[in-house]
Amino acid sequence: MTISREDIEKVAVLARIRVDDEQVSALEKDLGNILDLVDQLGAADTDSVEPMAHPLNAVQRLRADEVTETNQREAFQAIAPATENGLYLVPRVIE
Amino acid sequence: MHNKSVAELSRELESGQVSSVELTQEFLDRIKREDSKYNSFITVTEEQALADARVADDQRAAGNATPWTGIPFAHKDIFCTNGVRTTCGSKMLENFVPPYDATVTANFRQAGAVCLGKTNMDEFAMGSSNENSYFGAVTNPWGLSEGNKRVPGGSSGGSAAAVAARLIPAATATDTGGSIRQPAALCGVTGLKPTYGRVSRYGMIAFASSLDQGGTMARTAEDNALMLNVMAGFDPKDSTSIDREVPDYTATLNEPLKGLRIGLPREYFSDQLSPAMEQQVRNAVKEYEKLGATVKEVSLPNAKLAIAAYYVIAPAEASANLSRFDGVRYGYRCEDPKDLMDLYTRSRAEGFGEEVKRRILVGTYALSAGYFDAYYLKAQKVRRLIQQDFINAFKEVDVLMSPTTPSPAFIQGEKTSDPVTMYLEDVFTIAINLAGVPAMSVPAGFVDGLPVGLQIIGDYFSEARLLNAAHQFQQVTDWHQREPQ
Repeated sequence: MTISREDIEKVAVLARIRVDDEQVSALEKDLGNILDLVDQLGAADTDSVEPMAHPLNAVQRLRADEVTETNQREAFQAIAPATENGLYLVPRVIE
Repeated sequence: MHNKSVAELSRELESGQVSSVELTQEFLDRIKREDSKYNSFITVTEEQALADARVADDQRAAGNATPWTGIPFAHKDIFCTNGVRTTCGSKMLENFVPPYDATVTANFRQAGAVCLGKTNMDEFAMGSSNENSYFGAVTNPWGLSEGNKRVPGGSSGGSAAAVAARLIPAATATDTGGSIRQPAALCGVTGLKPTYGRVSRYGMIAFASSLDQGGTMARTAEDNALMLNVMAGFDPKDSTSIDREVPDYTATLNEPLKGLRIGLPREYFSDQLSPAMEQQVRNAVKEYEKLGATVKEVSLPNAKLAIAAYYVIAPAEASANLSRFDGVRYGYRCEDPKDLMDLYTRSRAEGFGEEVKRRILVGTYALSAGYFDAYYLKAQKVRRLIQQDFINAFKEVDVLMSPTTPSPAFIQGEKTSDPVTMYLEDVFTIAINLAGVPAMSVPAGFVDGLPVGLQIIGDYFSEARLLNAAHQFQQVTDWHQREPQ
């Protein structure tokens, strides 16, 4: 299976990872090799097989709808790259 | 002192022959003196460790000791430690100081153990050689004299190298596709990946959530049992944690093995395995026969599809998990972002290493519109076929035995040019994670002076039986006691 330059550029946008032009060729080869490996799956007969999500077929537990977390805004914001007045700072979004 | 097991050190602390402060200082000195050769630690927490050791000595004096009170150990740098930098081997988290403890971290704290630092690892646990760490490769303590530096395996390579080099008696680790067992095998130490859901994943930085499992690494099976006693248990903070009683894993170590039914999966004794490696594994199985076990061949017909299924499922889950690193709330942020998209894409491009980016891109591709059924859904179906193979095998036998790896520790740089070559390193370990069953790697001989690991695989929640089988083997062999020169 080959993956095209266009595919890589599209996936990089979806993944929010900047990929420079000179990196695309290396990724074409490496991702192509990985997808070749993965293509072995096609050989398996899985027509009547249910997909498996959890080894023990456990389902998500529900907890009581109660507030259990304490407010730790200051501790969390202390490790942020940029904050102001209790808010996270990002570049201007709306002109 | 540094050659003693956790169990022995615990007894010496109890009898007052040594204090925790003395022990802690001795291991800190060893790390300072020796670790420049291995690079097995990312962070050493000397002051905190000595303070914790003093508290532990007071606890012992007051009669409030657990077996772990005052025992020095280390955490893989994937477990969040409140107030102590937790990097996950990544530039993305180079300066990340978590404001909370992982459940595993809290459990060891509660037990009174003394954490000496955080061990090196492949970035975000993605790798089989520890060459993917932002903080530099780890060197295997074995094979150093030949002039070629060898890999310790990965992703828990720092934990394995540190335990093998006697820098620490025990270390935590994690295993998504072999990241405990493969480095344990290559470094000649004993490691256990428990059943999926046995050990809480809360605060353990996520790679592939349906496969990730925290586990243990030490030189002896008994010490692995002592570790699991602290780590295992239900945690409401982990939505996939299993609510099931935790036995005392040390209580059954001395059970006789007479009548133990061992299965040898024929697919794991294939031509991928070198004859010298196979010989060591077969010799180990013979020891089990001497202990009264019976041996038969079994088959895991879908095991050959495990790597293919894994390299869809793991990258897909990683691409979702690692979307949280956005340069906004914590972690690396690029300089002078011109807009929000630039902030995201450059922070992630600069903060993640090459292998992590490859996997995020593969995972994103596999989950993208038009490909989901062909890749992710198909892989999850194959995953069930692989699980069924194990269920069938455990109807006939109690444990499965195989080599942990196809070959011993390789030379640094040997497998870095093509990612797929590196992926094949985990050919015997990956199916176990897909099925979710527990497995160990136990030192079982040497090839060309390098350690060989015996993999012992069990049915769900059979950790006590695995530890028992490993412990009995270690009573009649001394591979686990060999020390790298």
